[in-house]
Amino acid sequence: MSRVQPRSVRLGLIWITAALLLVGAAAVLWLNVRGDPPIDHLPSPGGAQAIERGAYLARAGNCMGCHTSAGGAAYAGGRGIDTPFGTVYAGNLTADPDTGIGRWSADDFWRALRNGRSRDGRLLYPAFPYPNYSLIEREDAQAIYAYLRSLPPVAQANRPHDLRWPFNTQAALAVWRALYFKPGETAPPENASPALKRGAYLVQGLGHCSACHSARNALGASSPLDLAGGLIPMQNWYAPSLNSAQEAGVMHWPAADIVALLKTGVSPRGSAQGPMAEVVLHSTQHLNESDLNAVALLLKSLPEHANTAVSGRKAAPNAAGAALYDKYCVQCHGDQGQGVPGAYPALAGNRAVTMASPVNLVQMVLHGGYPPATAGNPQPFGMPPYIVDLSDPEIADLLTHLRGSWGHGATAVSAVDVHTARSRHLR
Amino acid sequence: MRVLSSLAMTAALLLGTSMANAQRAGPPSFENSMAQRALACTHCHGSQGRAAPDGYYPRIAGKPAGYIYNQLLNFRDERRHYGPMTQLLATLSDDYLMAIATHFSSLQVPYPAPVGSAAPAAVLERGRQLVQQGDASRQVPACAQCHGQRMTGVLPNVPGLLGLPRDYLNAQLGAWRSGKRRAHAPDCMADIAKALQPQDIESVAHWLAAQPVPVDSKPVAPNSNRDGLKPGSVPTCGTADRMAARP
Repeated sequence: MSRVQPRSVRLGLIWITAALLLVGAAAVLWLNVRGDPPIDHLPSPGGAQAIERGAYLARAGNCMGCHTSAGGAAYAGGRGIDTPFGTVYAGNLTADPDTGIGRWSADDFWRALRNGRSRDGRLLYPAFPYPNYSLIEREDAQAIYAYLRSLPPVAQANRPHDLRWPFNTQAALAVWRALYFKPGETAPPENASPALKRGAYLVQGLGHCSACHSARNALGASSPLDLAGGLIPMQNWYAPSLNSAQEAGVMHWPAADIVALLKTGVSPRGSAQGPMAEVVLHSTQHLNESDLNAVALLLKSLPEHANTAVSGRKAAPNAAGAALYDKYCVQCHGDQGQGVPGAYPALAGNRAVTMASPVNLVQMVLHGGYPPATAGNPQPFGMPPYIVDLSDPEIADLLTHLRGSWGHGATAVSAVDVHTARSRHLR
Repeated sequence: MRVLSSLAMTAALLLGTSMANAQRAGPPSFENSMAQRALACTHCHGSQGRAAPDGYYPRIAGKPAGYIYNQLLNFRDERRHYGPMTQLLATLSDDYLMAIATHFSSLQVPYPAPVGSAAPAAVLERGRQLVQQGDASRQVPACAQCHGQRMTGVLPNVPGLLGLPRDYLNAQLGAWRSGKRRAHAPDCMADIAKALQPQDIESVAHWLAAQPVPVDSKPVAPNSNRDGLKPGSVPTCGTADRMAARP
């Protein structure tokens, strides 16, 4: 095994490797600063109109959803976002000079949205959805900035992220960005109508729908244009595909029903539950009719993907599941799974029941929940949590029964499926 | 007695089964009411919020609306920690939580008879002293000072302390002492619980859980409790803004 190389060959190899590394590093560096907007520190337009517009846009982007901790001061950050790589803590967006963005210029802020870099040039983690926000126009960024500056400053130091090595290094982040991020990549086609362009801007950009509604790869990357559904990491809710009529695709819905769902949380064809209910509560219910219609137009225009064949044991009605249904479910959902219009969803023919992934069903049974209490539906009807009543095998029997009843041809749910969906969940 | 109660249990079970079967035929029974909306609560907290038999889920019926409202906010905003409560309330507005609180506060449901206490007389006496007189040496005010002379609570924010299981009282005082349960600032109960020793908490819980609930179990008006109190001896307690504005 001892093949001795001449010294000159070894030296040459070292030089070549070093040169390659240098070129690689330069490429990564360039890929991280390309598309950087110039920072000209112009005074920002901070009039009442800009502030009001910024408030609206901040809601459309649901900035508060991450940048406000439970029970904490508005926009002062501190909320932890669990990821497969560790926890990322959202920053303080109030105008406090030491802990917030008090020293940031409007352009610093725009660069953060557009290119995912902080005021000091530091690369930001894409838990802050800048692959989407990169689409945000400068004028809108300035309005959001003006709004944030108008809020009472809160002195609350940012909590350092708690990420594992190597994900906690700027170098790893630079490589990630070189591989998966290009600023402003997501502009809609030039020939689209203004309404469709607006819808794309809201869905792909500010609304960052793809942050949940697309599958992430092993390094947590997804495309802002992909809305084909994905498991939300750590939360164990499945954000269903907007390209599939079998999941959450609305291409065959009347626009009015899509608008109703986003505006009130309920519609004749389905209601928002789980993480989507929070999105409706904090964000979409505040959108104006014109923007909601633009979003509906975009969602209706999404191509319908053919169904992928689902393999697995087919579900069938079963006695154990039927007994549990009679005990816990029939009171509200009815003996034919018909539900109560406007209050309790029908389970028969409900695609949330028959969808390939059963994880949302497991979460609903474990945790129950209410659709969002919105201005349009201020006192929704809710479902109790059954987390202390039902074991994994019982939930499996019940869900298999539901997925096999009323002509549903979905796959069976096993106790292991239930266990997987409920494990890692914060209790 | 055991035979009787198991007979009653069987009868109740049979009745329950036949009711479930009756419900099975036809559409679900439904009314557009707060009681219907609160079914998500009463599954654990018992019919009309009268408490669950296991002692974990406290009675909510008849408690002051401000108290229930503050607790709903505390759970939703993670000052109190119970995952299923936090998740259940995550999508609800302040106004709706107030409506739910008002609904439960309006329900007057009979209390079960207290379970006797097997604790030694000295423990019970220590509990009674703390509840009725406090402990001046440790700057612990009497429970009765804020929770009402009859301990049925004071409007609009202070809950009654009778008719609660000993395990629940122990758990809550313990959680306050360890910082696990919190309220709006200034968190008066946290200060008081931290001044108590574990054996004090045990004594208080023993004594309170052994007391019968008076026939009139309603919380009293705010001023009726202040007579004869030394000025400055009542702790200042935090609450949600909209409740602070109330008398």
